[in-house]
Amino acid sequence: METFLEQLPIVVNALNVGFLQTLKLFFITLLGAIPLGLVISFGSMSSIWPIQKLVRLVVWVVRGTPLMIQLLILFYFPGLVFGNNIWGTGEAGRFSAAAIAFIINYACYFSEIYRGGIQGVPGGQEEAGLVLGMTKRQIFFKITLLQMIKRIVPPMSNEIITLVKDTSLARIIALQEVIWAGQAFLKGSQGISGAIWPLFFTALYYLIFNGILTVLLGRLEKKLEFFR
Amino acid sequence: MLAPILEVSNIKKTFGQTEVLKDISFTMDRGKTLSIIGSSGSGKTTLLRCLNFLETPDSGIIKVKNEVLFDGSVAQSRNPEVIRRKRLHFGLVFQNFNLFPQYTARENVMLAEELLAKEGSGYKDKKKEIHERIQNHAENLLEQMGLKDRMNNYPHQLSGGQQQRVAIARALAMAPDILCFDEPTSALDPELTGEVLKVIRELAEKNTTMIIVTHEMAFARDVADHVIFMDDGNICEQGTPDAVFNHPRQERTIQFLSRFSNN
Repeated sequence: METFLEQLPIVVNALNVGFLQTLKLFFITLLGAIPLGLVISFGSMSSIWPIQKLVRLVVWVVRGTPLMIQLLILFYFPGLVFGNNIWGTGEAGRFSAAAIAFIINYACYFSEIYRGGIQGVPGGQEEAGLVLGMTKRQIFFKITLLQMIKRIVPPMSNEIITLVKDTSLARIIALQEVIWAGQAFLKGSQGISGAIWPLFFTALYYLIFNGILTVLLGRLEKKLEFFR
Repeated sequence: MLAPILEVSNIKKTFGQTEVLKDISFTMDRGKTLSIIGSSGSGKTTLLRCLNFLETPDSGIIKVKNEVLFDGSVAQSRNPEVIRRKRLHFGLVFQNFNLFPQYTARENVMLAEELLAKEGSGYKDKKKEIHERIQNHAENLLEQMGLKDRMNNYPHQLSGGQQQRVAIARALAMAPDILCFDEPTSALDPELTGEVLKVIRELAEKNTTMIIVTHEMAFARDVADHVIFMDDGNICEQGTPDAVFNHPRQERTIQFLSRFSNN
């Protein structure tokens, strides 16, 4: 058994590889969920009744059940029911399943934030644009959009920080993210076994990354403080 | 004799079961100021919103300078793109100002004019000159409103009276034939109404054609050339300020005005 100082570089190397996968899942989720959430929010505000009801039902189910269960269902359900594992057996398949589950889940949360943001812009803003002869499109892009963004930055920051930590749930379908990498040293890996401290050590990764995000999102919030 | 600048004939508007405008007809001449008074719910604001196409009348005709802007019997009148061009004959100043918070006073005044200029042909070649012209125009208007040193302020840095004056400049920037005011001082602290009324008075002296919905009776009497008293979706009485305020003939008008004469 090596000493802690001898173990440290081995563990850090493995955790770095795992955290890269964590980051990948984080960014791909944001990339997919931010626009999909906008589509869902328009659906939930649609004047076409069946669309509105259907979208709101989906949002209710997704927000009302644990993400961990959604991951399991999405990953195992096709194989169990159709006898055909569409995700394959490799890490790439696990990653795809995880990314899709995360994107759908987070898009539903984002959609509700967007809806609040859009409905929170006073109707007088649109009317003022209309009487000045602006088109609906000009009104959305030149007047409403920035006011909506200002409104949604604080709740979105919250969700984004939660997402960083939620990526650890992908461990349930054995995605090799940072928790998985830490846990490996418990079972034994690269000559280290029975060590639980690498698992505890992963918390630092989340903490530091969230620290950086908090600063960046805080700056964005500050930037939008020039108007009220 | 010149044709009236505005002719409104038989405008009707219903919200659900409620008839808000029952059969409104009136005309007004260029350069005149029309005040519309009446209790809350009498239809004054809805009438103003119909003129600005924020509401579409159920029927009736609106003509400006002999051009039919809206005809309830013509489906084309309800087309949003058609409406968009025609509504620029009117300007509207709101009770709650509705300035765009993310733009400075100057940018608020410039925005719509610039967007319109961008749609015009040859904008790209003369971008700089057009921008300069629009900026000068906006600055002149704000100066007229007594806001020369406030041009770079955002709305939240201005008092209510200043915000409303920016809103007036913003409406004037589009050079409407008729400028409408929807209770322009109702959202202001009493000590701030004076500065807004002053600029409206100055506009009246320059023969700006205006329709003012207001609860400021003394102001309506002073500044208007013509007064309409509305009650329950109808024009109950109209005439010169002297006729309506000093010699009202209708029972409803007398009743309404008596509430103001005490103070």
